[in-house]
Amino acid sequence: MAGIVAYGTYIPTYRLPRDLMAKEWGLPSLGGERTVASFDEDSLTMAVNASIDALGNRDPRTLAGVFFASTTSPYREKQAAATVATVLDANPAVRTMDFTDTLRAGTSALLTALDLVRGDQQILVCAGDARMGEPDSQQEQNYGDAGAAIVVGADGVIAEAMGTYTLSQEFLGTWRTEEQDYLRSFPGAFETKFGYNRFIAAAVQGVLQQCGLRPPDITHAAIAAPSQRALQAALRGLGFDLKSQVQETFWNTIGDAGTAQPLLLLAAVLERAKPGDLVLVAGYGDGGDAAVFRVTDAIAGFPIVRSIYSQIEVKRTLPSYGKYARFRKLLRKEYTTTDTSTPVVLLRDQKEILSLHGGKCPQCGTVQFPLHRICIECGYRGGLEEVKLPRTGKLFTFTHDYLTETPDPPTTHAVVDLDGGGRVYVQLTDCEPEQVEIGMPVELTFRKYHEGAGIKNYFWKARPLRK
Amino acid sequence: MNIRDKVAVIGVGCSKFGENYDMSAEDMIVAAASEAYADARIEPSQIQAAWVGTLSSAMAGNALADPLKLFNIPITRVENYCASGMDAFRNACMAVAAGMYDVVLALGFEKLRDSGQRGLGTFGTHPVIGYGTTAPSLFAMAANRYFATYGIDKRALAKVAVKNHHNGTMSPKAHFQMEVTEEQVLSAPLICSPLGLFDCCPTTDGAAAVIVCRADIAKSFRPDPLLVKGIGLAVTSGEPYLKPGFAYTGFPATAQAAQSAYEQAGMTVKDIDLVECHDCFTITEILNYEDLGLCKKGEGWRYVEEGRASIGGEIPVNPSGGLKSFGHPIGATGIRMIYEVAQHLWNKAGARQVKNAEVGLAHNLGGPGSIGCVTILASS
Repeated sequence: MAGIVAYGTYIPTYRLPRDLMAKEWGLPSLGGERTVASFDEDSLTMAVNASIDALGNRDPRTLAGVFFASTTSPYREKQAAATVATVLDANPAVRTMDFTDTLRAGTSALLTALDLVRGDQQILVCAGDARMGEPDSQQEQNYGDAGAAIVVGADGVIAEAMGTYTLSQEFLGTWRTEEQDYLRSFPGAFETKFGYNRFIAAAVQGVLQQCGLRPPDITHAAIAAPSQRALQAALRGLGFDLKSQVQETFWNTIGDAGTAQPLLLLAAVLERAKPGDLVLVAGYGDGGDAAVFRVTDAIAGFPIVRSIYSQIEVKRTLPSYGKYARFRKLLRKEYTTTDTSTPVVLLRDQKEILSLHGGKCPQCGTVQFPLHRICIECGYRGGLEEVKLPRTGKLFTFTHDYLTETPDPPTTHAVVDLDGGGRVYVQLTDCEPEQVEIGMPVELTFRKYHEGAGIKNYFWKARPLRK
Repeated sequence: MNIRDKVAVIGVGCSKFGENYDMSAEDMIVAAASEAYADARIEPSQIQAAWVGTLSSAMAGNALADPLKLFNIPITRVENYCASGMDAFRNACMAVAAGMYDVVLALGFEKLRDSGQRGLGTFGTHPVIGYGTTAPSLFAMAANRYFATYGIDKRALAKVAVKNHHNGTMSPKAHFQMEVTEEQVLSAPLICSPLGLFDCCPTTDGAAAVIVCRADIAKSFRPDPLLVKGIGLAVTSGEPYLKPGFAYTGFPATAQAAQSAYEQAGMTVKDIDLVECHDCFTITEILNYEDLGLCKKGEGWRYVEEGRASIGGEIPVNPSGGLKSFGHPIGATGIRMIYEVAQHLWNKAGARQVKNAEVGLAHNLGGPGSIGCVTILASS
């Protein structure tokens, strides 16, 4: 039967002590620390890095499938598995699939791969998550960021699957709608009692029954859990010995790594498993998934590229919550348009822009805008006389511009010859495009043009002359 | 000083123009230069200096040095709005005419489609004065003024689009090989009134190259070099919309540059067998007819309507398909025009060949009609 051929994990370098998060908001600290994906990491990059370790020297072009699991896929529409496959240099004919939208996606991807793999095929299952609790909430302390990958195959397995079990159950405990940035959980013990505990128990019992096993038969249980406490509660009465049989959830060092968590725990178990060990893995979310593996003799020669424990030790601690906030873009940089602006020019050209001053040539008498140093008409270099321009004139030419982005298309550009001289180039506002014609009388009106560089850029527009 | 008969064109090259998602700037530059080297029967090592025209796809001489591995020779980037390409050619010609170099390369290119942009965006750096100008809006204002002055409408413009799209069907390297009907042009969505989609040239990737050498050694490379008879460049106000009295019914920069080129060549418009002109928008081609002297002021719309600008007409204009159909990778266009004129003078233009062409005029226009560049090339 199919089983696990290889595995790899990825733990990001940054840690955020929960005490620091608690201090920021004046909330109780849950203790320990959590991992934080750096500003240049996301679920995809973490899954890729875990996959590279999992693949080792295997030829990526022999992969029949690449499955990616996450609840925080980088794109809302756009497959991540295709990117992973390309990074790994998989055959273009590889079957790629994203498993998303449920915490159970990691184990579901694994179980699906076990169901599908045939002959000498291999399927890579990878997961990455960087889930977001709302700032100023305890949930924010729960989550940790990580990636994990499992290569599934039938030949040369280090752990052979003995059975799998899935329970699908409609349940709203933790969720995030399309409009929400942060995960929401129903307050209190509702989810633990009526969701997590029940579904984990049902999945575990289901797979054990299928394999003809009892809890004491299991050497290592890798069971996903939102916290160590929730895990204890779920296993109460199931017949497992927490200390000797159950893999700890890395609560104090990583945090709840979402879809990657059960695969991460499975990898941690395999790092120290011995031939003949029976390994249980279980995942939670909209029901539960479970599988049992028997570790084979091949485990002895399996090279651990980078162990989870060594990765946990290599770390940099973030100095402040603010740094985390910048990494996760919690502090939004104010929107700036690409339009050019600077207070320096606004000061220097104040008289022209705001007071609408132009120049009059002492030599040829031409009124012009802006206030040129040299007369645009006759080239007089002795300096123009600064004059206030009139605010009425006639439309010389115009165009309705449907290309320029504006909240109110079209943008009408106009060349206006002012009464008494001077030509300005302004936008036409407060008019129906059909009304506009060459020669029509217009008046200037003071308006805001744009907010480039975060500055209000005021200037004059024209509108049809009002009686 | 007069450049007439001092400089020769001995080879030209042009990449495929279009939506070149599968080609990098390097790919296009190498394609254009390789064709030009082969056409001129030279090796890259014979090039003593080079000029590269680009509006925004690169900053410096490295734009050529790196893709072509042309290291350790002088290379200068030229930028003069949409006339960057022909001005790069002009600078190359002047350096050869000055006796500084024997064989040089001028190459223009632009990579516009990689960014997903349509058109060129806005120009200018002032917060509000001249704010929001776009290429189509600047030329659209000329169209409305031209209509009001001569009492015509956009049906005249459509005839330019129909002609140039037709010519493009015979240009294998053109962006479009697609006929359009007058009805299609007239019913296309408005971009900047009165200009619709088919009144505007497309946003195009491409590169074009030309090898220029001293006229007195040109026949050592090929028996039929082309002679540069005249090149004019004129720069007028880049803010015509602020210039009191600017009529918007033509571009004085074109007229000035043409007059200079005709004078250097000792020719008049009657000597010209074909014209490649800057039809960034259909209205521009009509104004160009008048500014280049093909017809009188105010009669440009008739010139196209009467078929005088068609292949087989009085003076065929844009047999290549023009910017409208061949496309307009900004820095490449001016040199692409030299490439096209050379195809006709060498009788290699295939189905679009202008018969018995001996003298060709190319016209490149930059900015809001503020930079005119005109080159006259002849086969003897």
